Amino acid sequence: MSAATAERTGSRNRLTSGQLPRYATLYTLAASIVVAAAIMGLMGFNWIGLAALSALIYLIAITVLSSVVENRRRATDRFIRGLVTVFFILALLPLISTLWTVVSKGIGVMSWSFISTSGGQSHIDPKTLELVTPQGALQAIVGTLEITGLATLFSVPIGLLTAIYLVEYAAPTFWLRRVVNFLVDVMTGIPSIVAGLFAFSLFTLLMGPKAFSGLSAAVALSVLMIPTVVRSSEEMLRLVPADLREAAYALGVTKFVTIVRIVIPTAIAGIATGITLAIARVIGETAPIFMAASFTDSFNANPFSGAMQTLPVMSYTGYKFPGQDIELSNNLAWGAALLLVIIVVILNLIARLVAMIFAPKTGR
Amino acid sequence: MSASSPALRKKTSAAAKARPADRVFKFLSTAAAVSIVVILAGVALFLIVRALPAIVANWGKSSELSGGVTQGFSSFWAYVAPLAFGTVWASLIALLMATPVALGIALFISHYSPRKLANGLGYIIDLLAAVPSVVFGLWGIIVMRPLLIPLQQWLNEYLGWLPFFSGKVTSTGSSILTGAVVLAVMVLPIITSISREIFLQTPKLHEEAALALGSTRWEMVRLAVFPYAKSGVISAVLLGLGRALGETMAVAMIISPAIIASFTIVTEGQNSQTIAANIALSFPIASGLQRDALIGTGLMLFVISLAVNMVARLIVSGNSGKKSKKKKKAEVAPPADEVSPASADESPVSVLHPRGHEASGATEGVTE
Repeated sequence: MSAATAERTGSRNRLTSGQLPRYATLYTLAASIVVAAAIMGLMGFNWIGLAALSALIYLIAITVLSSVVENRRRATDRFIRGLVTVFFILALLPLISTLWTVVSKGIGVMSWSFISTSGGQSHIDPKTLELVTPQGALQAIVGTLEITGLATLFSVPIGLLTAIYLVEYAAPTFWLRRVVNFLVDVMTGIPSIVAGLFAFSLFTLLMGPKAFSGLSAAVALSVLMIPTVVRSSEEMLRLVPADLREAAYALGVTKFVTIVRIVIPTAIAGIATGITLAIARVIGETAPIFMAASFTDSFNANPFSGAMQTLPVMSYTGYKFPGQDIELSNNLAWGAALLLVIIVVILNLIARLVAMIFAPKTGR
Repeated sequence: MSASSPALRKKTSAAAKARPADRVFKFLSTAAAVSIVVILAGVALFLIVRALPAIVANWGKSSELSGGVTQGFSSFWAYVAPLAFGTVWASLIALLMATPVALGIALFISHYSPRKLANGLGYIIDLLAAVPSVVFGLWGIIVMRPLLIPLQQWLNEYLGWLPFFSGKVTSTGSSILTGAVVLAVMVLPIITSISREIFLQTPKLHEEAALALGSTRWEMVRLAVFPYAKSGVISAVLLGLGRALGETMAVAMIISPAIIASFTIVTEGQNSQTIAANIALSFPIASGLQRDALIGTGLMLFVISLAVNMVARLIVSGNSGKKSKKKKKAEVAPPADEVSPASADESPVSVLHPRGHEASGATEGVTE
């Protein structure tokens, strides 16, 4: 604004003298890209090189320009501004690259029959690691849905009730509250493979050595899911204004009815969002399911006995332990990965939608 | 006054009737809270029960343990030590790459990007956390391995005199460096989202005080945001470390390991191995006591990540105590502080540093 005024009047404005013009950043960026492209033209062109080189030239150019025209402090400021922007773009690259790779590799095997038929019927022996090439992913889809569903069934009541205990019942300094608070933090940090080993140990000690089952995997996932549910629900319950609770108590409503009819309905959107995101997080877990439910190609819809296949494990085993036709195995692995990513994206969208449609009724 | 009115009597009786439900509900929610304690104790207990036979066994004598995946180790500790080293080593390299980038991104979102975009940009970074680890593993195999081979050859050729880059350079890209890059991508969103939240919590008055004294945006960040966010950022980095320590799939799929403690990061087949990846790779082919040994290494991983997480939480809670103390001091002192910014007529550069701190101290006193 002031720069434009200065240009129009032709006189040097005291406020804007010693500053780079308003669009200097854009000009410098454009010039950097041109120079980088020229250099790349001499050396051989590739997109990553172009981006990296332009970023480098831009950072140097803007710093030098600014320290000549402005001063050292402003030069540092412009350099940092450019640097954090570069970092942000740098982080987008793996995201775009990953999604692009998964989609381009997985789209080839994606078809209705891939989703609707299950893999080979023949039994595989986990000890010899011989895999009969599976043709479809139905067994993995069913396994993923059942295991994640069971895990949700276990962790939502425990997680939600714990959150209610922490927010509504426990006095802030009560020892159990402090202990639980601390342990939930600890639980958040449990490595996923340790959860899998826990489920494996638990079920082998209770049921003998061949204890691979969907239930076992669901227990492993619950260990990972409960702390997430507790934390997100707790946060949402805390957002419910105390006025609402006090109004209910003033009307003589009991605590139980207040919680169930006033507090939870107020916070339900946030709680549902949190639970959906928790599901999205555990549905992609590979290691714990691999430990607890092993893997198989045959169709097994009974989560209480026998190995179960899931999408992430199918993706992993397809690459690590391919069948005779290695390329087909790899392709199926990518197909399973794509299905998994699609499910995760859908769950994230649902979470966003729930959060948007049931906008917070807290007045905050 | 209206104690005898039928409506109210009905109400109180309804409340009285609801009391058993009330008690049941309180019991249920308390039981759920207690179950957290039970579950965590169960995790530790069952791992210990399964792992103990392998830990106390004589590895030299046991026919099971002297073959298969545990071949060639004299004791459980000799087996777990290089693995623990590899776990920490790979995670540290990943963290070294991820931390500056993650903090830069957090800063970009909280203080540099247009306000309207900030939420959306944060969501994009969070998407990175939503990508399943097995997908990152596949991506690492297909994309990152070939991409990083030239870099690793260059490092090995010109910086090979450093122990990290020495050894026979990888030809497939299955090195610790590749694994660590993928790990870095995976811990990036955690560090970013936590430090972003903390950066955003910087008191507005501190920031405005710094800007009003003529500081540039970066100086404002350095004077107001960083001091405020320091402990939070440290714990964010430690939580990222916790995530990296436990990450299994990406490492298991990318790194070509050996169970040795080695600093080299551009070699293959003679890399250190991480606990989690070793379990994932060896578990299907192990049997009996070997599995117990693997569970024992899992127990060690549990202990390591528990320690890292606890330190992270302790830093957070310890610092919040310190902060409240500082606030109290500021509350006592404000009159002296309030005078100083007003009398600032020297050049902003020379007074910025001491004044910036005093100003923030004063605003803290005022806001409290």
